[in-house]
Amino acid sequence: MNRHAQAAVLCLLGASLVHAGATELSLRYVKSGLRPLLLLAGVVLVAAAVATVWYERRSPASGHHHEPRVSWLLLLPVLALVLIAPPALGSYSAMRAGTSLQEPPAYPPLPAGDPVRLGLADYAARAAYDQGRSLRDREVRITGFVALDRAGDAYLVRIALNCCAADGRPVKVGLTGGVPPVLQPDTWLEVTGTYTPRRTRDPVNAGPIPFIEVTAAKPVTAPSDPYDESWNN
Amino acid sequence: MAVTVPKTQPPPPVREKDDGWHLSSPLVLTVTLLLLLLAQAPIRRALSAPVMQSWTTVFVAVVVQALPFLVLGVLLSAAVAVFVPASVFARALPARPAAAVPVAGLAGAVVPGCECASVPVAGALMRRGVTPAAALAFLLAAPAINPIVLTATAVAFPGQPEMVLARFVASLAVACAMGWLWQRLGRADWLRPPTRPAYEGQGRGAAFWGSVRHDVMHAGGFLVIGAMAAATLKAVVPEPWLRAAADNPVVAVLALAVLAVLLSICSEADAFVAASLTQFSPTARLAFLVVGPMVDLKLFAMQAGTFGRGFALRFAPATFAVAVGVSALTGAVLL
Repeated sequence: MNRHAQAAVLCLLGASLVHAGATELSLRYVKSGLRPLLLLAGVVLVAAAVATVWYERRSPASGHHHEPRVSWLLLLPVLALVLIAPPALGSYSAMRAGTSLQEPPAYPPLPAGDPVRLGLADYAARAAYDQGRSLRDREVRITGFVALDRAGDAYLVRIALNCCAADGRPVKVGLTGGVPPVLQPDTWLEVTGTYTPRRTRDPVNAGPIPFIEVTAAKPVTAPSDPYDESWNN
Repeated sequence: MAVTVPKTQPPPPVREKDDGWHLSSPLVLTVTLLLLLLAQAPIRRALSAPVMQSWTTVFVAVVVQALPFLVLGVLLSAAVAVFVPASVFARALPARPAAAVPVAGLAGAVVPGCECASVPVAGALMRRGVTPAAALAFLLAAPAINPIVLTATAVAFPGQPEMVLARFVASLAVACAMGWLWQRLGRADWLRPPTRPAYEGQGRGAAFWGSVRHDVMHAGGFLVIGAMAAATLKAVVPEPWLRAAADNPVVAVLALAVLAVLLSICSEADAFVAASLTQFSPTARLAFLVVGPMVDLKLFAMQAGTFGRGFALRFAPATFAVAVGVSALTGAVLL
């Protein structure tokens, strides 16, 4: 690969990083806090491409120093980002991994509102570890995507993320009561319901999966940040 | 979205001498990109199966997540190579290599970032005359014991400060042990001195950007290999296997150490994954946290690219063994 090809690859790589960081595309893969760094890295890569062409023009490389062919692989992420733009992790990954619900240190009182809007993981933790004490007599509203297990039972899932999709871990809530009869995996649902003591164990890692007694469920568009990043705040 | 191929000048009529192919690489690049653009629809169809989609997502995620840190490391390394005179390191580090190792390891604590940044920086340190043993201690310690990573660990393990302490102690111990081991047993010819054009006789700007370009092209290519391997394992290895492994204390430690190698998670995020592996003992999770930033697929590929394959093939397994041993020991004492 000669200098000009290297400059082209650097420029493409930088441009696709800027593209991902400037749009919501990057939120499918990495935490939102990484966006400024992505833009910065993209700009540096484009600058490196420009500098390569600039210095090559002023004094063309005399020695035939070529970078190894492995460098061509850098085109793969560019193509994957620009041509394919794979979706965020969904029901397939969610059902392969065990629920990663963790016991929170405390249960602050619910905010005002009826129904009260809660994060899916927040509801799950209160239901699973606090016997729903802080949820009694309240209608809650949670959002997540649908995943079906082998038996066809429906779960509402949100994937928690700390850095990138490689460390994404699902938090699952079982749906019971007025569950819509036909559910497509990966559809986003806004579920309104109440606490139910019913729970089960995740077959993958034996983690607790609480349920919600559904009173209403309506499809919604996927949020711009599909992951639960509450760990990062 | 349209792919814009940057305007590159047609290459000067440089004859590719010894290697056999006579196509100019910009031409190959342009033709490849056009063909792929035309084949976009069939490629998308082929990748629409859930397992392939999940593979592609994780692959892109690992690369996108690592690139900013790689760029940071590459900039630091270029700055070290071009702007910092070699005498600075000679003065900052003790002259005796045995004493320089722990100092360099501790210095890793102040460089924020993950493992992708530390590989190019360690390479630059070696080229600036830092003794390899000390540079390697830095390479191993920096991604594990810097404040960002330790804070993340504290957040992921609330109410268990001993986990943070154990991670710090064990990681630093492994880094120093490997540094001293290299000093005793390491041979200079295992380390491939990175082939690169000499920067002497160029302007500082040319040298700086030349170093950035070189490091991104080298480490980046290997980063892609590592990301492909990590995505394959994430999409293919079933989690119930882990559950079976968790029951035996010895197998559990080994299983999580191997998992850390295979998953290649950024050291800033691995504590959260470790925290979610609740079925495993604290010592096994400590092994996951100690091994991960020092040996993983992505890192192995990048080390092979920067220091040579002969080095990586010896260094990575030795580090793995030392890291597992030290983790088990630290876990027994502290956890």
